[in-house]
Amino acid sequence: MKLTAKHQEYWGKNLRITAILLAIWFFVTFVVIYFARELTFSFFGWPFSFWVAAQGALVIYCLIIWFYARYMNNLDNEYGVAEGE
Amino acid sequence: MSMFGTADQSQSDFKKGLNKVYTWYTGGFIAFVLILAVLEQMGLSKNWIGYLFLAATVLLYAGIGVMSRTNDAAEYYVAGRRVPAMYNGMATGADWMSAASFIGMAGTLYLTGFGGLAFILGWTGGYCLVALFLAPYLRKFGQFTIPDFLGARFEGNMPRLIGVVGAILCSFTYVVAQIYGVGLITSRLTGLAFEVGIFAGLAGILVCSFLGGMRAVTWTQVAQYVILIIAYLLPVVWLSVKHTGVPIPQAVYGYTLEKITAKEDQLLKDPKELEVRGIFKARSDAAVEKLKDVPASMAADKAAATKALDDLKAANGSLDAIKAAEVALAALPKDEVAAKAAYTAARTSNAAKAAPPIRHAQPFPGKDEETQSKARKNFLALVFCLMIGTAALPHILMRYYTTPSVKEARESVSWSLFFIFLLYFTAPALAVLAKYEVYTVLVNTPFDKLPEWIARWSSVDKSLLSVVDINKDGILQLAEMSIGGDIIVLATPEIGGLPYVVSGMVAAGGLAAALSTADGLLLTIANALSHDLYYKVIDPNASTARRVAVSKALLLVVALAAAYVAAQKPADILFLVSAAFSFAAATFFPALTLGIFWKRANKWGASLGMLAGLGITFYYMVTTQPWLYKLTHGGAAITPEILKANTWWDIAPISAGLFGVPVGFAVIIIVSLLTKAPGKEVQDLVEHVRFPSLDGKTSAGSTAH
Repeated sequence: MKLTAKHQEYWGKNLRITAILLAIWFFVTFVVIYFARELTFSFFGWPFSFWVAAQGALVIYCLIIWFYARYMNNLDNEYGVAEGE
Repeated sequence: MSMFGTADQSQSDFKKGLNKVYTWYTGGFIAFVLILAVLEQMGLSKNWIGYLFLAATVLLYAGIGVMSRTNDAAEYYVAGRRVPAMYNGMATGADWMSAASFIGMAGTLYLTGFGGLAFILGWTGGYCLVALFLAPYLRKFGQFTIPDFLGARFEGNMPRLIGVVGAILCSFTYVVAQIYGVGLITSRLTGLAFEVGIFAGLAGILVCSFLGGMRAVTWTQVAQYVILIIAYLLPVVWLSVKHTGVPIPQAVYGYTLEKITAKEDQLLKDPKELEVRGIFKARSDAAVEKLKDVPASMAADKAAATKALDDLKAANGSLDAIKAAEVALAALPKDEVAAKAAYTAARTSNAAKAAPPIRHAQPFPGKDEETQSKARKNFLALVFCLMIGTAALPHILMRYYTTPSVKEARESVSWSLFFIFLLYFTAPALAVLAKYEVYTVLVNTPFDKLPEWIARWSSVDKSLLSVVDINKDGILQLAEMSIGGDIIVLATPEIGGLPYVVSGMVAAGGLAAALSTADGLLLTIANALSHDLYYKVIDPNASTARRVAVSKALLLVVALAAAYVAAQKPADILFLVSAAFSFAAATFFPALTLGIFWKRANKWGASLGMLAGLGITFYYMVTTQPWLYKLTHGGAAITPEILKANTWWDIAPISAGLFGVPVGFAVIIIVSLLTKAPGKEVQDLVEHVRFPSLDGKTSAGSTAH
């Protein structure tokens, strides 16, 4: 089957959301941790960078994956590329 | 069996049925633990509690295996592609969390503080890459194995076979470590010999995967997840209530960490601690002196030991003292090689004990700017390798073939990480609580008043726990205690003062973690050999029944081989596990992601890219890792000079994938551009996997097989 403009648009949107979420993933993991020695202000008792590495980043990872699944499942329906039952 | 689905059942009925089965199952497990707790109060011995836990859980897993036995290829390889997202998430969680996660992680965090968080970050963050780059597309592709995808996308048997080699290489090193863990836990739980423990556990693994393949493994892994998460959380919650009064340790251990940091300040300056560390320093220095002239030191040692014995005899010393002196004399190294090894070991171990305790919350510790930046570089490199490796391990990716649709594959990654998250965000809390217990309750306690579990665990294994009154003041200093990482999880119930039945449950949880991972890995290896090598390459006309039979036979052979290797107790097993991540990352990640996201990637690019990635990773490990270096250089030991010359950019061998992954990407891109673009069929395949359904009607299930 030939790809229509709508298909191209769907794929473009997929790439865009993938890039955005990947950027968040990269920032939380590599940028925040790179500055771990500087980010040691107290956050509910934890030094902030310790808390990010032990909990904060994990929560954000969960949210990234959850959001991607929701966004893409909606996009499938919107562009008529969802699987039939 | 109807319990795990029949062909004519609708998906929603199937899901309802599963909910019912697993609710009853969880209730049953809790009831079983409660009954054992009552029996313990009535005087059931510890050994029997161990036996009952072992027998009940292994029989249970075997029972699920028998109930879901199958010879149908789709059932055997991908559980009929009808595993609901949430259950696939639980199964992936159990598949993922190995003995190392369950038992080792909290210990690593205890010993290394912030440094250990690299594992927490790496082993969870990788799932973002699985979700964004791989799971939905692989599900849409909808075949049976990861080499399947490589073979179809890159047109031919060469990429497929490289994939088979890569999959076996990383899965086999990993499965050996799991079976080793099974042996360790079984022998601790029951007192059986280590080798017997290996084979008892192996029976549990085999009955399950042998009879029912992926289908049995899936439903067993769900059962194992339930046990392992209850076993992990319960003791930590208890310990948290004891220390903080709050049953959610993850929410409040920040304040406990603050107290530990304050205590560390004190311990770093404490005169008694300094005294003990000084003694260790002196011992290490003495060993350095002895190493300068080994033969002379040997003679001096012998003279001193002989004189001590003679003095005792002359002074009519007690029989025990004379005997001890005789033993000490006989234990002296016999030749120069042994003496050198003994002195080197004394130097290293005493130097380690002389070091001040690490600051738990401090990122990238180091004495100067240079060591700090080196620590940071290696921390980030390790996180990178573990993440990419997570997103490339075939036994995990294979799980996403089993969901009913692309939609559920996406949701399933979300559930997977959630179930893994439950354990991984608890482990750092456990490490901090255990440290608090040691720093505030144990340190400065007189030796004769130490809690009972100290004596019990140090008699089990000196490498797990040993306390010696070095400065003879009768009081325990922190520096006088040496602790092995594994004890943190295993002894938590006793530290918290819980009944023995909880210890049994924790061991059963560790066993569930090791068995579930071993199940998934063995199946990956057997499928790579039977499906990709035998069916796709050697005999494409083989009937379904024959393929499944071959897979089962191979499973048996691979399991026995892995058990054989594990029984040799190979050195550096932990290194091998971490190495598997770097191998997987460098071999699979570039080829899989470019295969989906870049239509121009072709056969030659992918084949050479996988080989180059794997090759560079392997080369770097061989030239910088002491054990591998010795193995490949005819027994010659690595010297600090060689190590320095061979090390690139200060990166430790464990993170060799840091070089392998970019090389893999670069080679695929360059070679693909230099050679012919892939054909029309491949372009169509790429479009096929990018859209759940091009016309909004066809379901992934109908194109599956």
